[in-house]
Amino acid sequence: MNLIKVKNLSVGYDKKIVLENLNFDINEKDYICIVGENGTGKSTLIKTILGLLSPIKGTIEYNISRNEIGYLPQQTSVQKDFPATVMEVVMSGFQNRCKFRPFYNKEEKQEARTNLAKLNIANLEKQCYRELSGGQQQRVLLARALCSAQKILLLDEPITGLDPLATQEMYALIKGLNQSGITIIMISHDIKCALKDASHILFATNPPFYGTKTEYEKSDLHKKYNTHHVGGHIGGHDDE
Amino acid sequence: MNNIFETIGYYLSLPMGRYALIVGVLIALCASLLGVTLVLKRFSFIGDGLSHTAFGALAVATVTGLTNNYILVLPLTILSAIILLKTSQNKKINGDALIAILSVSALAIGYLLLNVFHVSSNVSGDVCSTLFGSYSILTLSISDVWISIILSVCVITFFTLFYNKIFAVTFDENFAKASGTKTEWYNIIIATIIAVVIVVAMNLVGSLLVSALIIFPALSAMRVYKSFLSVTICSGIISVVCTFVGILSSMLLSTPVGATIIVIDILCFFAFYIIGLALRGKSEV
Repeated sequence: MNLIKVKNLSVGYDKKIVLENLNFDINEKDYICIVGENGTGKSTLIKTILGLLSPIKGTIEYNISRNEIGYLPQQTSVQKDFPATVMEVVMSGFQNRCKFRPFYNKEEKQEARTNLAKLNIANLEKQCYRELSGGQQQRVLLARALCSAQKILLLDEPITGLDPLATQEMYALIKGLNQSGITIIMISHDIKCALKDASHILFATNPPFYGTKTEYEKSDLHKKYNTHHVGGHIGGHDDE
Repeated sequence: MNNIFETIGYYLSLPMGRYALIVGVLIALCASLLGVTLVLKRFSFIGDGLSHTAFGALAVATVTGLTNNYILVLPLTILSAIILLKTSQNKKINGDALIAILSVSALAIGYLLLNVFHVSSNVSGDVCSTLFGSYSILTLSISDVWISIILSVCVITFFTLFYNKIFAVTFDENFAKASGTKTEWYNIIIATIIAVVIVVAMNLVGSLLVSALIIFPALSAMRVYKSFLSVTICSGIISVVCTFVGILSSMLLSTPVGATIIVIDILCFFAFYIIGLALRGKSEV
C-alpha cells in the first residue's frame, strides 16, 4: 500500500534549494535508507516530509494521517544535562494524541511500558535520561517515537556516536520493527549497513538516485563509493 | 530571641510588611517555575536582557508622567521578550549580540532620560531602587498585591494544564513540532509570562536582580533532582522558602530586600551543589 508519494520535490531552507528533482513512493513495510555526503540535504528532506519545513517546489501526497509518522531527531545539546526520567521522555511521545487533554491516561502509561519492553529497556523506566549510555538514550528516543506513531518511523542518524556493539543492537532493533510491519526511513552515513537491511536506497546527490537495493548495486554510484571509501563510510556527522 | 519575634511581629502588623511577604513569595514562585524551562532551553540570558529593557521602559514612563507605569512598561517589555526570543532562534542574526545591544541601550537611554528631565529631586536614589530594588519593604501598594495574586494564579494554572506540553517543548522542540504541537505559541506565551513576572518583580528586587530570582532555584534543584517533575516542584519550594527567609532577614537586619533574598538564594545554591556532589560521589563508589 502506498503511504507517501513524493513528486518533483525540491527541498531546502530560506528559499535556498539543497536537494531537487526527488520522485519516489514510500510504501508499507519499506525500509528506505537515505545516504549521501554532508550538507546534501538529507535532514532537510526528512524535516520536509515531517512538515517542519515547507517544500520549495513539488508536492508530497500523504495517504496516511500526519499523526502516524514518528520521528527520531538527532540529539540536541539541551538534552545532555536535562533532568528527566526515561518514563517522562517516552510519555512525551503521546503529545499528538492528547489534543486538549492536559494529562496522560493509564492506557498510555501501559503502552509506554510495552514499547520500552519491545526495545529491551523496561528496566530503565525510572532512570535519569542524562545518566544513560548513548545507546540507551537512542533506544529511549526510539520508544518515544513508537509512542507517537506506529506506521512510519523517520530516523535521523540513529547510530551517531554509538559504539560498534550498540550500533549493531540498534540496527537489529530497527530491523525487528520493520519486520513487525513498521515502515522505516533512515538517514545513515554507514552505507554498508544500509545495504544489509534496507529495501530501498535514496542517494542524496544531484540528480538524486532512488531505487531498490539491487538496482543500487548495479548503479555507477555503488561502484564509485565501494572502491573509493574504505569501509563504505561516506561523510560524517551531519548537523543541518 | 524575643526581640527577633517582636521585630517580625511589628513588621507583619503593618500592611506594608504583609504586602511584601505576599508579593515576594508569589512572584518568587512564578519566577522559579518559569526558570526551569528557561534554564533548560538556554534562555537564561533573556531574563537578564529583559530586566534591562524594563528599566528603560520604566524611565520613559516616569518621564512622560504616567499615573500608572504598568500601562507602558508591560507592553514594551512583552514586545522585547518576543523580539529577543524570535531572534535567538534565528541563526542568521546574532541573537546574543542583539540582547547585549538592547539591554545596554535601554539602560543608557533610561538613565539619560531620567537625568535630562528632572522628574524627581533624587534621580540617583530612584535609579538605584529601580535597579537593585527598594531599600525598605515599604513601597508596595495594594495594587501590586492584586497584580501579583492574579499573575500567580494565571502562571500556576497555565503551568499545571500545559505541564506535559511544556516538558515536550523544552526537552525536544523539533520532536514536539513534528508531532503537531504549536511550539511557537508556547514560546511566545512563555516569553510573555517572563516579561510580566519581571515587571512585577522589579518593584521588589529591582531589575538587575530579577534574573537571579528566575535562574537560581532551578539551577539548585537541578543539582540534586533527576526528574523534570521533581526539579519543578523543588525549584518552587526553594524559591518560596528563600524569599520568605530573605524578606524576614531583611526586616531583622534592615538590609535591602532584593539583595538579601538573592544572597539567600546563592547560599541555597551552594548547599544544593554540595549535596549534589555528595550524592553523585556515593553512587559512583
